[in-house]
Amino acid sequence: MKHLTNLKLKVWRQDGPDTVGKFETHVVESVSDEASFLEMLDQLNEKLIGENKDAIVFDHDCREGICGTCSLMINGRAHGPQRATTTCQLHMRTFSSGDEIVIEPWRAAAFPIIKDLMVDRASFDRIIESGGFITSPTGGAPDANLIPVPKPVSDAAMDSAACIGCGACVAACPNGAANLFTGAKIAHLSVLPQGQAERFKRAEAMVNSMDDQFGSCTNHGECSAACPKEISLDVIALMNSDFRKSKSKNRKQLSRG
Amino acid sequence: MNTLLNAKIPSGALHEKWDNYKADAKLVNPNNKRKFKVIVVGTGLAGASAAATLAELGYQVDAFTFHDSARRAHSIAAQGGINAAKNYQGDGDSINRLFVDTIKGGDFRSREGNVHRLAQVSVDIIDQMVAQGVPFAREYGGTLDNRSFGGAQVSRTFYARGQTGQQLLLGAYQQLSRQVGLGGVRLFNRTELVDVVVVDGRCSGIVVRDLLTGEITSHAAHAVVMATGGYGNVFYLSTNAMNCNVTASWRAHRRGAMFANPCYTQIHPTCIPQSDESQSKLTLMSESLRNDGRIWVPKNADDARPADQIPESERDYYLERLYPSYGNLAPRDISSRAAKRLVDKGHGVGPLKNGVNLDFSAAIERLGLDVVQERYGNLFQMYERIAGEDPYSTPMRIYPATHYTMGGLWVDYELATTIPGLYAAGEANFSDHGANRLGASALMQGLADGYFVLPYTISNELAPMLNKPIPTTDHPAFVQAETEARDRFNGYLNVGGTRSPDWFHRELGKIIWDYCGMERTQQGLEKALSELPALYSEFKKDLRVTGNGESVNQTLEKAGRVDDFFQLGMLMCRDALDREESCGAHFRSEYQTAEGEALRDDKNYCHVSAYDWTGDPMAADLNKEKLEFETAHLATRSYK
Repeated sequence: MKHLTNLKLKVWRQDGPDTVGKFETHVVESVSDEASFLEMLDQLNEKLIGENKDAIVFDHDCREGICGTCSLMINGRAHGPQRATTTCQLHMRTFSSGDEIVIEPWRAAAFPIIKDLMVDRASFDRIIESGGFITSPTGGAPDANLIPVPKPVSDAAMDSAACIGCGACVAACPNGAANLFTGAKIAHLSVLPQGQAERFKRAEAMVNSMDDQFGSCTNHGECSAACPKEISLDVIALMNSDFRKSKSKNRKQLSRG
Repeated sequence: MNTLLNAKIPSGALHEKWDNYKADAKLVNPNNKRKFKVIVVGTGLAGASAAATLAELGYQVDAFTFHDSARRAHSIAAQGGINAAKNYQGDGDSINRLFVDTIKGGDFRSREGNVHRLAQVSVDIIDQMVAQGVPFAREYGGTLDNRSFGGAQVSRTFYARGQTGQQLLLGAYQQLSRQVGLGGVRLFNRTELVDVVVVDGRCSGIVVRDLLTGEITSHAAHAVVMATGGYGNVFYLSTNAMNCNVTASWRAHRRGAMFANPCYTQIHPTCIPQSDESQSKLTLMSESLRNDGRIWVPKNADDARPADQIPESERDYYLERLYPSYGNLAPRDISSRAAKRLVDKGHGVGPLKNGVNLDFSAAIERLGLDVVQERYGNLFQMYERIAGEDPYSTPMRIYPATHYTMGGLWVDYELATTIPGLYAAGEANFSDHGANRLGASALMQGLADGYFVLPYTISNELAPMLNKPIPTTDHPAFVQAETEARDRFNGYLNVGGTRSPDWFHRELGKIIWDYCGMERTQQGLEKALSELPALYSEFKKDLRVTGNGESVNQTLEKAGRVDDFFQLGMLMCRDALDREESCGAHFRSEYQTAEGEALRDDKNYCHVSAYDWTGDPMAADLNKEKLEFETAHLATRSYK
């Protein structure tokens, strides 16, 4: 175990959604290289409380990279410098003594700042509420093995379903678009046999909800590069294709009354 | 001892009890369901599935979570899988076998009726989750794949890579979101329960705190469901998420819900060992790894050579040696204690000598790298991120850590607590796992409670209440509970001491881990019970919470949770001291066989211990529920 010394942190502080924020500089004199990035912030917060100052507010929970609660732009990159790694899984061994580290909240109009580094991601929930599900009321399901799913299809669904809903894709996108998040959910449900009944209704509803709240995709690919679960850009192609088809299919459905 | 508790187990043969219950249960007409309001606290597997199902049935549901989104609940972190008695592998599984395995795994300290129902509905859960699009692992023919787990000799565990909890929770979350979109559920996020309101002996609602504004408000309902998880974070270091806490259960306990078996806390054998003092949590490595990984330590104590330089003849594959028929898949409590003993004797590996090896080299040789990668890829990646070592080439280092709490709010067969109108589901209740939970059974129980049990038992409770008025939030009991909650949070802000809530939490955790962890002794527990009240009174005098109560203040949230952990910690130690036997995860050093295995005392302790709040956890009243075993026969567990 080694220690990093003299880290200079520039941390975004903002009292509330409508107040003006600013960067605040803090020096972390020593931290173990085994510590995670968030444990480094814990230690800073303990120090701040010791000095009778307000602790820095940031979202976090499982610290295993699965709940999607943690966020942070670290040196301008969503979840920091390590590929396929959430902030909570980022360890201080990635940094060196004397580094200056800039810490900001997710940058996106659809994720308004609540306080300091905490943002509101309810816009993601609204996309799911608009259609990100398979309607299957409790109790009516057939035996699970009555719906065979070819292994490659199941694997592909799982690749998309691995999304943790953290919002890094949106934060990394120059347009603040949510196409990777929305595409991942559409790709998860639309390749499975269980998801076919609502496939096109789902695509149209979710894309509409997404468009109402987020910016537009211009194929930069920053989203996939920032994604801690390495969701592929292919999900956006599948979403676009389903959305296009939905325009004619859903109209036919409507005319049938 | 006070009351003898009645679990209200229905009559009939074991396999007929649940059907008999459902046949007799009172129903609410579909048009009348909308006249009832049900509050669900927590949106993990149990809460989300209950809220979604109750809303589908037509009840008005208000769901509460302290997370920013319902999808974040800690069920999401479960890795390995979910058990179900489908017998898709044709390897001799059945509802009865799952029942017996669970009773035996729980060391004969759970209730037969509940466990059998759990085994029965397990098969429905898999059907339900597949219909929702959960991408469980498949065979090439398209059918579902299974693997085996600790404490079982059949393969009955369904899994979605190493992310089964995530996929199941997303299924339940999506079903809940559908209801939110349709208006069936009103979801209150970033809102934490701070009190439960009881009027004339009946649960009438809850008091909550908006974590963004600090505002304290009341919500009235016909019934309230607590699906608020376990209390493993009392240990400070555990595999629980940082925000998991006991507050909701504890506040219910303080209002009259009995708290059962608090000393049954499970230590999971395969976690990444602690690396330094500043560590904030421990990370679990799924038990499923024990399917293919082999656990060993060097035969010689203090052998500092790297793993690849220790020849086969100098390795002790101790689980295979001690428990040949279950080997590396011995149950969690047994595997954990075996690891602790060897590490205590100096056989530990790693820089701090605080781990044992979990070695995949034999599996990679037998199955090939591709298969191992496919089965465990994401777990290996997670390990590499945290430990900074590559488990494909170096054995993982693992050590036991607190993981799950079998104790919780006492519930009867209907999952009703001792406060009428208040229910507890999932890890928050105590009911199904006895003194030790088997792997892949937590997801099963959470979903069983939420999807297939509560919707029936709640309608049975609500039916007679049709068109009868319930207390509204202007009732004096609500007003008083709100005032008490405001005073409590203002109190934390005004102590003006010198130590942060985290400091107290860490100190509390050390006492609980040292004296009420993997091995407990009378002497140690008495010591804990003398140290805890002293530390608690220091907490009340020397706490420092900076900031204010009118905007997000995570320090203040933590203070409230640590306060409740203190009180629970005392009750845990008291319960552990009272239970003068070893059973499952509760291991009292004084009570062990010559071979070091747990020694139960069925004559004196074949009961559930349920505590009543008296104003002081040190003086809680003990009540007992006698456990009767009519089908499974009381026997000493053997995994040899």
